[in-house]
Amino acid sequence: MISVTDVSKRYGAVQALQGVSLDLRPGEVVALVGDNGAGKSTLVKVIAGVVAADSGAIAIDGERVRVGSPHDAQRLGISTVYQDLALCENLDVVANLFLGSEPRRWSLLRHIRMERATRDLLTSLDVRIKDIRVPVAMLSGGQRQSVAIARALLGEPRLVILDEPTAALGVEQTAQVLDLVRRLRERGLAVLLISHNLADVRAVSDRVVVLRLGRNAGEFRTAEATQESIVAAITGAAA
Amino acid sequence: MTQAAAITREPYTPKGALDRLRHGDLGAWPVVGGLVAIAVVFGTLNEHFLSPENLTNLALQMAATGTISLGIIMVLLLGEIDLSAGSVSGLCAVVMAILSVRQGWNPLVAIVVALVAGALIGLLHGLMFTRLRMPSFVVTLAGLIGWQGLLLYLLGQGGIVNLPFDGFVAKLSDTWLTPLAAWLLTLVLVAVFAASNLVTRRMRLAADLPVAPTWWLGVKVAGLAVVLVAAVAVMSADRGVPLLLVIFGTLVVVFDLVLRHTAFGRWMYAVGGNVEAARRAGIDVRRIRVLAFVLSSTLAAFGGILSASRLAAVNQGSGGSDILLMAIAAAVIGGTSLFGGRGRTYAALLGILVIQSITNGMFLLSVDSSVRYMVTAAVLALAVAIDSLSRRGGTA
Ligand SMILES: Nc1ncnc2c1ncn2[C@@H]1O[C@H](COP(=O)(O)OP(=O)(O)OP(=O)(O)O)[C@@H](O)[C@H]1O
Ligand SMILES: [Mg+2]
Repeated sequence: MISVTDVSKRYGAVQALQGVSLDLRPGEVVALVGDNGAGKSTLVKVIAGVVAADSGAIAIDGERVRVGSPHDAQRLGISTVYQDLALCENLDVVANLFLGSEPRRWSLLRHIRMERATRDLLTSLDVRIKDIRVPVAMLSGGQRQSVAIARALLGEPRLVILDEPTAALGVEQTAQVLDLVRRLRERGLAVLLISHNLADVRAVSDRVVVLRLGRNAGEFRTAEATQESIVAAITGAAA
Repeated sequence: MTQAAAITREPYTPKGALDRLRHGDLGAWPVVGGLVAIAVVFGTLNEHFLSPENLTNLALQMAATGTISLGIIMVLLLGEIDLSAGSVSGLCAVVMAILSVRQGWNPLVAIVVALVAGALIGLLHGLMFTRLRMPSFVVTLAGLIGWQGLLLYLLGQGGIVNLPFDGFVAKLSDTWLTPLAAWLLTLVLVAVFAASNLVTRRMRLAADLPVAPTWWLGVKVAGLAVVLVAAVAVMSADRGVPLLLVIFGTLVVVFDLVLRHTAFGRWMYAVGGNVEAARRAGIDVRRIRVLAFVLSSTLAAFGGILSASRLAAVNQGSGGSDILLMAIAAAVIGGTSLFGGRGRTYAALLGILVIQSITNGMFLLSVDSSVRYMVTAAVLALAVAIDSLSRRGGTA
């Protein structure tokens, strides 16, 4: 379990986060919701080691850890898929998955091993891509998102953070990606999903954590929560 | 997904080809079409154009600018530009000539020193680009003028250094493969190509990965064989295959293998495709960039030496006039994208073949150089237009 406790972060005059806490358990999808500027991205950046919190702690299985850099986060098994996908459109799926950590022998790329591993991973995630050797530019938005998520899984992480994974997608492709999120849960990963789309959140998450003006503003079990109560927590209207 | 694993990867279904076309993956076909058109047009206008003698001259003329173009491809792949390649080629040729002729050094040592000088110049460009964050356009534009200045300074009053005709350097461009050697080389190339394809196919099958059908493999090997046999037959009917062409061809093949089969090569494409993604993947972007400039200048230096070899001299015009434009045009015409991340080293070979054929053909027709410049510019503009349009198609 990954616990974030009492995290605060200030940007100049803006208090982006104020005593925020969050628990993430294996095999659970937690949706992080909140209005624009609520502090969602800032919280994610703290967990992913992109920005340092002013105060607060992160613990993994009860043991306090320091996430001072994205590299630290990776080492601790925290993998983030940012909204801008960070894929190389000119490279194929295989090359994108292994970018920066290509297996080599006598400094030659092991093409066959990489392609085999890519196929196995995509198959296990039930991601359908007809030809994984074409440039990523030729794939649909949903397929690209799936590739980005698959890439995040290569380092065998324990937590996968998804920042607005369905924001730019159509109905069918959104469904594909949500399916993929469910499969991450089945693999026993902890998933933190940021989304503005309450329909998606309700479709896929187990728990909803609401931020408002940088503070915890409510937490719901998705199965028991109504749309109205979540919206009320987001907007701050008396529930 | 299980059924997808059983699908063989089809090389060319009309639909797949159309799909790739629409996404800007035109491959080498426009160039090949262009070459055929050039052969037909100039062949009809002048019966000498397609003669073995002229085609062998063509092969000889290609090597120097082609090598410079190969270097330019290295920076184009990153989406950068090297405007200094012409000047650097001239400067390094002058360094080589001064050391070997005026100072009486061993020519091989002089060549190595000239190449090292090229590498250092590239290093300087790369550091100015990455550390001082100057646009590559400006860095190499300064290089274009600055290195030309240094060339003039080094040449001094005389303004020309002649290389002995029977010396090592001049001999480079007057060495021809015997027919036996040429045919053996052809045989080895085709055999190695076929064998490596077969081995890869075996390994892919063993790993349960899709493979192209056997007939496609046959077509590829036969295609290579036909092209090589035709080229060797034509050139052997004249003086033989020039050593210069073999050197240039080797560089093209070696750099292609490096780009496709090493992590360095893959990272070049990654940096050219999306710098941010490359950086997040942990790639040392700065190092890749510096290396690309080093390669560009070193290859430019080598191209300059080949050019000096053909002329058996260096002078104030070495590396000047239209060499830079031709080298850049060749890379782009051959299919290297100006926007980075797309292109192969064969672009240098194909592109320089197009440009040199046009130049050579118009020379045979005694067309004025004013017209030649305009035609070359038009071809370059056309190639860039195709590149820009296909890029738009690719991201749409
Ligand atoms: N680098 C920064 N410098 C200054 N202020 C910042 C910075 N990043 C975020 N902020 C501020 O911190 C607050 C929280 O921003 P954050 O991006 O975390 O919100 P968010 O919940 O992700 O919003 P959105 O839904 O729009 O993505 C905002 O008021 C924002 O303006
Ligand atoms: Mg945000």
